[in-house]
Amino acid sequence: MKIVALSGSRVGSKTRTAIDYTVQVLQDKYPDHDVTLLDLADYDIQFSDGRNYLEYEGDTGYVTKTLMEADAIIIGTPIFQASIPATLKNIFDLLPVNAFRDKVVSMLATAGSPKHYLILENQLKPILSYMKAQIVQSYVFIEEEDFQRKEIINHDVLFRLERLVEDTVVLTETYQRIRDEEDAKYDF
Amino acid sequence: MDNKFHELDYKALILNNKIQKTDNKFSNLDNKTKKVGILHMEQYRIDPNNGLEFGLYTLGDHLPDPNSGERISAEQRIHEIIELAKLAEQAGIDFFSVGESHQDFFTTQAHTVVLAAIAQATEKIKISSSSTIISTLDPVRAYEDFATLDLISKGRAEIVAGRASRVGNFDLLGYSLKDYEDLFEEKFDLLLQINENEIVNWEGKYRAPLRNAKVLPRPKNGSMPIWRAVGGTPASARKAGYAGVPMYLAHLGGPATIFKRSIDAYRDALESRGFDPADFPVSTAGFFYTAETTQQAQRETYPHINEGMKRTNGQGFPKQHFAQGADPRDVMNIGSPQEVIEKILYQHELFGHQRYIAQMDFGGVTFDRLKRNIDTIGSEVLPAIRKYTKK
Repeated sequence: MKIVALSGSRVGSKTRTAIDYTVQVLQDKYPDHDVTLLDLADYDIQFSDGRNYLEYEGDTGYVTKTLMEADAIIIGTPIFQASIPATLKNIFDLLPVNAFRDKVVSMLATAGSPKHYLILENQLKPILSYMKAQIVQSYVFIEEEDFQRKEIINHDVLFRLERLVEDTVVLTETYQRIRDEEDAKYDF
Repeated sequence: MDNKFHELDYKALILNNKIQKTDNKFSNLDNKTKKVGILHMEQYRIDPNNGLEFGLYTLGDHLPDPNSGERISAEQRIHEIIELAKLAEQAGIDFFSVGESHQDFFTTQAHTVVLAAIAQATEKIKISSSSTIISTLDPVRAYEDFATLDLISKGRAEIVAGRASRVGNFDLLGYSLKDYEDLFEEKFDLLLQINENEIVNWEGKYRAPLRNAKVLPRPKNGSMPIWRAVGGTPASARKAGYAGVPMYLAHLGGPATIFKRSIDAYRDALESRGFDPADFPVSTAGFFYTAETTQQAQRETYPHINEGMKRTNGQGFPKQHFAQGADPRDVMNIGSPQEVIEKILYQHELFGHQRYIAQMDFGGVTFDRLKRNIDTIGSEVLPAIRKYTKK
């Protein structure tokens, strides 16, 4: 199984810290799975100009192709101005409309205020559904006070991230198995 | 050509008004006005009395056969395309066309050259592009090529101009994707003007101006059919209607009734600009494949389409969607000969179109299977279609 952990911002460190922990859990619990970390702060990505994702070159092409090859994607995002950052939205814009068909996508958010709790529910989930993702319904919402010097200090957050990883892997395995069984029934 | 007549129509109206005012003699003007009234599909070399035309098209893709994993050489692929056109002609197929895509897994970038070889190898089948990406070509040069093709083929050439669904041509040929829409509109319009006028005066953004320019040679009958390729949405179809040109509508899969909306939108747009939709042919283009049973046809063709699309579009064709393609209401003409015939006739009843062109070679289908399909088309599909659609 190919899993991509996507850190969706070029600003700050909290989302990257949470994604790093998520990747660590993935690697510890599921050493056989192929895990790739994509931190958008590490790449120089152009804005979508409408071309097919295969036709982007350099960092943009690498990121779009890596995401398209994934079976599961765990998206980590901060909340800026009561929404997801433009860097992350641009990733969606770079991909085809049905990009997440037959993929499982799960989410975590870091935010400066608990008032942002429903941003993922109201803004990120509709994008993922439109792009045909199988969504892990529960997400992890992490606040400022849960971090101390680039570490998560709230044990409950760590437990929730572990459950998010497990839910992502379980749903991906289950969905793939069901899909394979259904596809095998077609006589072609 | 329609633009020209439309313009004449308008001029005739103005002149008629003047005539009424000045009460002059106007016999030659009257002739012009009458000419407008007898505009018919013949200018697109379509005779609706012959029923639905049936054609074949290839994108010129050059993909491995997923069953063997092997890919034939570009040389062999091009020769097989030329051979396919010859076999199509022998089977009584009306039309054969070749597309251009400038990127990996394609081999007919120089589609006019391939078409010239086909023109020489055949005698009566109509030949065309599907499509010519006029946005990244010089319309003068493209017209010279196609007019020459029309002369080589003795009046059988047509142009289908499109905007490109794969855009590798923009970088390669030195154009910006930002100008995607403008480039097409300007160059397509110039192409039409060249077709309508032997001497062109033109000025635009993306090409040096033309001053009393003579674009030669002229096609056999002075002009040739130029169609606009449409990707499927009603908004895109409307643009063909506003331009007053015949339309090619591509459809991969989905219910035929969805594509009917685009055809309706096209005809509405024609009417809104004073054209008569009865004067303009519509052609549809999509997947085709027959085998003894529908299950057999699906088994034989699915791996080619799925693997081919993964390579050229980056996403495969979901089995769930492909399975629905067998439904009689779905536009995908893959099945037993009888089911495919019924589908094509149903589509004809729904669309009222004049031509259907079939894509059956996508994704490295072996030449033996293509030959077998051509045999079936000649012996079963064409006779049935002609029997039921001929007037």
